[in-house]
Amino acid sequence: MSDNTPVIELRNVDKSFGPIDVLHEISLKVGAGEVLCLLGDNGAGKSTLIKTLAGVHAPTRGEILVDGEPVSFSGPRDAQERGIATVHQFGGTYPLMSIGRNFFMGVEPTKGFGPFKIFDRAKANKIAVEEVQKMGITRITDGDRLVGGLSGGERQSLAIARAVYFGARVLILDEPTAALGVKQAAHVLRIVNEAKKRGLAVIFITHQVMHAMAVGDHFAVLIRGAIAADFRKGEKSREEIADLMAGGESMADLEASIEGYMETHDGHPPKVGQEASA
Amino acid sequence: MDLFANLLRRPAAASILSLLGVIVFYVVIGGVDLGKLLPAASWVNYAARIGIVAAAVALLMISGEIDISIGAMIPAGAMTTAIISGYYELPMIFGILGALGIGVLVGLVNGILAVRTAVPTLIITLGTLVAMQGVVLAGSKLLTGAASVPLTAAPWAKTVFGDFIFGGSHQVVILWWVLITVIFWFIVHQTKYGSWIFAIGGDKDSARNAGIPVDRITVLLFIGTATAASFVGMCHAILFNSAQVSGGMNDIFNIIVSVVVGGVLLTGGYGSIAGVFVGTITFAIVIKGIDFTSIDRNWANLIIGIMLLAAVGMNESFRKLAMRAATKK
Repeated sequence: MSDNTPVIELRNVDKSFGPIDVLHEISLKVGAGEVLCLLGDNGAGKSTLIKTLAGVHAPTRGEILVDGEPVSFSGPRDAQERGIATVHQFGGTYPLMSIGRNFFMGVEPTKGFGPFKIFDRAKANKIAVEEVQKMGITRITDGDRLVGGLSGGERQSLAIARAVYFGARVLILDEPTAALGVKQAAHVLRIVNEAKKRGLAVIFITHQVMHAMAVGDHFAVLIRGAIAADFRKGEKSREEIADLMAGGESMADLEASIEGYMETHDGHPPKVGQEASA
Repeated sequence: MDLFANLLRRPAAASILSLLGVIVFYVVIGGVDLGKLLPAASWVNYAARIGIVAAAVALLMISGEIDISIGAMIPAGAMTTAIISGYYELPMIFGILGALGIGVLVGLVNGILAVRTAVPTLIITLGTLVAMQGVVLAGSKLLTGAASVPLTAAPWAKTVFGDFIFGGSHQVVILWWVLITVIFWFIVHQTKYGSWIFAIGGDKDSARNAGIPVDRITVLLFIGTATAASFVGMCHAILFNSAQVSGGMNDIFNIIVSVVVGGVLLTGGYGSIAGVFVGTITFAIVIKGIDFTSIDRNWANLIIGIMLLAAVGMNESFRKLAMRAATKK
């Protein structure tokens, strides 16, 4: 990239809710056309980090920089206006509404004037279908179709296409592949690559190492609210990353201990106690 | 065939089929004379009475909320008009503004409680329903010493709100019903505000993230239902020259049944104004049309119950059909 200033950067960001520290000294940067994969187990602070990036929470300490300028978001709307778009697991789509209406939710094109301004359905449908097709979803041809009839991957793609169309520069994807099958996930990963090619800075949150490795340029592992590891593509193997996510405890050790238990307990796996579910 | 499949995918499909089903049943089993039933005023008047409120409740239910305080607001609107312009003999306009004002006020209370607390709106409006029943009864006893208040409406008010049209026994409130339905249809299906209401019912958090003023719209929709109910009460007081305190419990269920038969999803996010219009007609024909049949009118509720279940079942399957639509290729 010719421009070296990261599109978005976090410097020593802390976030606490009352006495509870959720995020600790988080520093991250993502440049244009780059995918940062944020890995972490459940409860590692991923959602708090997303909400801080998306303007839902203000950081307790530290700063957020957009294009090198320190910013403080007054709310999610403010963050959106600065080009930070968040796509959640189900993409913020409305299953019982049409593709065209979903695509333009909150920013509807209208025609007519005065009290008779009506929703321009034809225009909305046309643009929505075009944009989704550009992202490689050629199966969508009718903007009047209800979103509920689309697959999970297509719904994600619609939400990403929407963010791209409305000028997002930073795309935060919150577990976009978590609920999807293999084929659908591959679909979403292709779209992530497409967004990257268009020069967006992508923050891809996941706990699926395979998916992260397929698209990531840069990886950060979050454990108990702090960045436990920060490395670039090719620097670590899949096993190493999985071990890091599990909190340093080696997966191989874990497997060995389960097998050992099963041998001495008639082949039954160990009971899941409070420790494991915490 | 394609046209028929397209019709089935519309939210109004079940209500149209219910209407046809009821008419066929009345003709075949009840031996009804359609030439007498269709032009009859009784069911149209009744449809208008519940239809005005049903249209407003439909909007609210599409947004995922419910308002049962409407049951108390119909008598509240009637009593307010009669007490102000009948008992105190103030000019008619004060009675009308008073009735609408009490609707706005109760709607505002419901709406603010709904957006400020996490209490389900069924419970909130159950509270305001019972509270308003108390206010209406105790208030009218306190002010007038009676539970029934006569009213002599000004001629202009009579013409606008409480007269008969077409030289027969059709009430002018029918025109209000049609007008309100057309306005609501325009808002819901043609403007962006309609999209927003559907979005709120579909996924409130996403709607908020998309920058939709969720709280303001929710409050406005609650004002809409309570005011529609007090408006209907006001029209009736003007028409019948008097108002009585009544519970209005039947109205609540009749209105909600009409909306649900009309294809609105109870959990929000789906429905249509045209469907609710047809649903209201269907309901009114079952209740009032039974007098034109040879069937004992006490069976009407059984028919309503069966129709409700059938319509909900149809809605369920048609909605699935709509979601699957266009996956032909």
